This record gives sequence, C-alpha cells and structure tokens, in this order.
Amino acid sequence: MTIRPITEDDLHGFIDHALDAKRHAEVQTYLEAHPDVLARIARYTDQRDWLRAALAPIAEEPIPSRLNVSRLLRRQRQPLRITRATAIAAALAFMMIGGVGGWIFRGTESLPATGITALGREASESYSVFATDRVRPVEMQAGERNQLINWVSGFLGRTLTIPDLSASGYNYMGGRVVATSEGPAALLLYDNGKGSRLAMLARPMADAREAPMAAVSDKGVNGYAWANEGIGYSLVGAMAADNLHSIANEARRQINRT
Amino acid sequence: MSDILQLIEPLLPALRRYARALLRDRTQADDLVQDTLERAVSHWDQRRTDRDTRAWLFAILHNLAMTRLRRAYTTSHLSIDEVAEGAFSSAPSQEQGMRYRELLKALARLPEDQRAVLLLVGVEDLSYADAARVLDIPLGTVMSRLSRARERLAKEMDSDGLSRQAGSHLRRVK
Repeated sequence: MTIRPITEDDLHGFIDHALDAKRHAEVQTYLEAHPDVLARIARYTDQRDWLRAALAPIAEEPIPSRLNVSRLLRRQRQPLRITRATAIAAALAFMMIGGVGGWIFRGTESLPATGITALGREASESYSVFATDRVRPVEMQAGERNQLINWVSGFLGRTLTIPDLSASGYNYMGGRVVATSEGPAALLLYDNGKGSRLAMLARPMADAREAPMAAVSDKGVNGYAWANEGIGYSLVGAMAADNLHSIANEARRQINRT
Repeated sequence: MSDILQLIEPLLPALRRYARALLRDRTQADDLVQDTLERAVSHWDQRRTDRDTRAWLFAILHNLAMTRLRRAYTTSHLSIDEVAEGAFSSAPSQEQGMRYRELLKALARLPEDQRAVLLLVGVEDLSYADAARVLDIPLGTVMSRLSRARERLAKEMDSDGLSRQAGSHLRRVK
C-alpha cells in the first residue's frame, strides 16, 4: 500500500495534534527517515511549548471584577430595554416629522449629544486624529506656549491655562486649534515618553456653562469632561477612564486656581 | 440568560490571554475583553450554536483588537514586560525567564496576521477551521500563515542566538 505524500500542512498538523492516529503515525515514520525535517519540526514544537508556557500565567490570574459576567448581564439587561425603546421612539418620531427614508438604526449613538457629552466626543475625535499623528500632531510646540495662549484666548474669552501634568509623567507636547460644533477649540497634547498620549480640549460652552466632572467615552477613547465659567474642558486618552481620573482632577485644580 | 454565563465565563482566561498577547498591555487588553463581553451579551442571538461560542467570542475580540491596533500606534512601542510578567517571575530559573522574554519579543516582531494565527492555533488550541472563521480567511491561508509564522519566529530566535540553547534546555526539562 502506498502512503500519500507528506505535506507541509501534515507537518503542522503533527505539531498541533490535529491529525488522526493513522496519519500521525505516517508522519512519524517519515520524520524518522528525514532527520533534517525532524530537526525543523522539533524546533517548531519547542517553540509552541515555550510560547504556551510563557503566556500561561496570564490565564492563571484572577479575573478582574470589571469582567464579572453576571454583573455585566444584570447591568446590560436593564438599560438594554430602555435604550432600544428610546431609540425606536426616536426613530418613529423622526419618520413622522420628516418622512425620513434613510434613517439608519444606530442605537443611542445617533441621538445628538449636547453639553459635556458632545465635548467629550469631540475630544475623542480630535485625539483619534491628532494624538496618533506621527508627522505633525501639534501646530505649536511646547516652546511656543505663549503664542498658543494668545491665539486661543481670543475665542475662549479668557486666558487659557495649560495644565502641567508632568507629575503624572505626561509632558506638554504642544497644541493646535481644531473645529468643533461650537466653533474653534484649543487642543493640547501630552506625551509620557512611553508611547502613551493624552489630549485636552477646551472650548466655549453655549448650553452648559457649568458642569461637574463626568466620565466620557467614544470608540475606545476615554476620559473626563467638565465645564467651568462657560469654558468646557475634556481630558481623554486611549486607556481606561479610571487611569485618567486623578490627572483630570489635577488639570481642573490648576485651571481653577488661575 | 443563565446559559450566557455558563458559556462565557470559562472562556475568560483564554480571552484575556489572547487580548494581552495581541495588545501587549494589561489595561488595554482587559478593556478589549470588556468590550467583547458587552458586545457578546447584546448580540447573543447572532451566534449559530452553543458549540460556536468559543470561536464567535474570539472573532469579536480579534476584530475589536485589529480596529484598536490600527488606530493606536501607541501599543507598538509598549514594554513587552507587560505581556506576562508572571511568566518571568514564575519561571523555574532566571535563565528560563529571560528566554520567555526573548521569545515574546520575537513574537511581537511578527506581522499581526501571522502572530494571530500562531496564538489562536498554538496557544488557544483553536482548530484550523475555527481559526479560519475567527480571522475570516480561507483554511489554506491559515496554513500558509502558520507555516510562515513558525519559520520566521525560529529565525528571529536564531538571530537572538537562543534557539539552540532553548532546544537543549527543553530536552533537559522533558
């Protein structure tokens, strides 16, 4: 009886225990007769074992409480119904008012945000565009601090305070002006030298001149937003909002002091 | 809804491990797993069968990870030590801990698509067919990526001058 030729796929199947017993034995016989192939497959097998061993401790860690599935289910079950009902009602209202044909069902995301929620979303969008830019994230470097302050203080109606976040490891990189729903806004960028950046957006608030600090989140960019004396501020980064709370508090403290 | 709990909960350790191996940052990886769970719970009826749950969850996680990796270049120069600190501290010898570190560094240098196949098949024990579903690529592509990934990782380890030692060490361990 002739044996089917051994393929590269068979060799990987051998390593991953994906072959049936008969084929496994055939590959084994082949490898015994071909020491050069055997040496390569032995290295791949070592490699596989080592990788499993190196990553195994992650799976041994206790699961963080925010990944508690039963709590997540309890939390989602309630708002899920409300969210859907609200969105459907909104969709119906839209269709009745304008006979909108192309209404796309996108849940609560499509409801227009206001106040610091809108501000937080704009901060996240600016972050996504500029904080990840490798060529020219900022228009004015940290050294041109005073020029930037002069530039943006015109539309902010007050002198912008550039918070010093170096105590948290984030150094001021520079800033620029960006467009928002409320007109121009100042965008300040910070870098920790380890590849992590933060963005702070400041703009005048038409609808919520005073607002306590609240968590904001949009497409994986998280942070906090608040408003004080008609100016809204939002500090965001590509990390869990928890990590930013104390930094946002520090920024607010410095701004309020001036 | 209790079946959701019973099907998802046992998969959490593996999902966390895959997320961290891809993103190389503990907080970001757990954010990703949290997003995956939220999405899974709200789209629970889109699964085909209970048996599919594992591949389905890995597919959600993988897609979210790729979106995040494309957006945030920041992860590309994070310290590798954040992947599996436990591996280095729990290694039987300091020498072995160092080799784990070198291996994970070499893994990080692989192209994303090769790294994903290597992890899903070699570490998470997904079948080739399930890996193809998770990555949304044909089975043949899974096999060729796996082959390229193993070859390249072996070369990377060679250039670090570690593979021969690693081999001899392994034989001693076994």
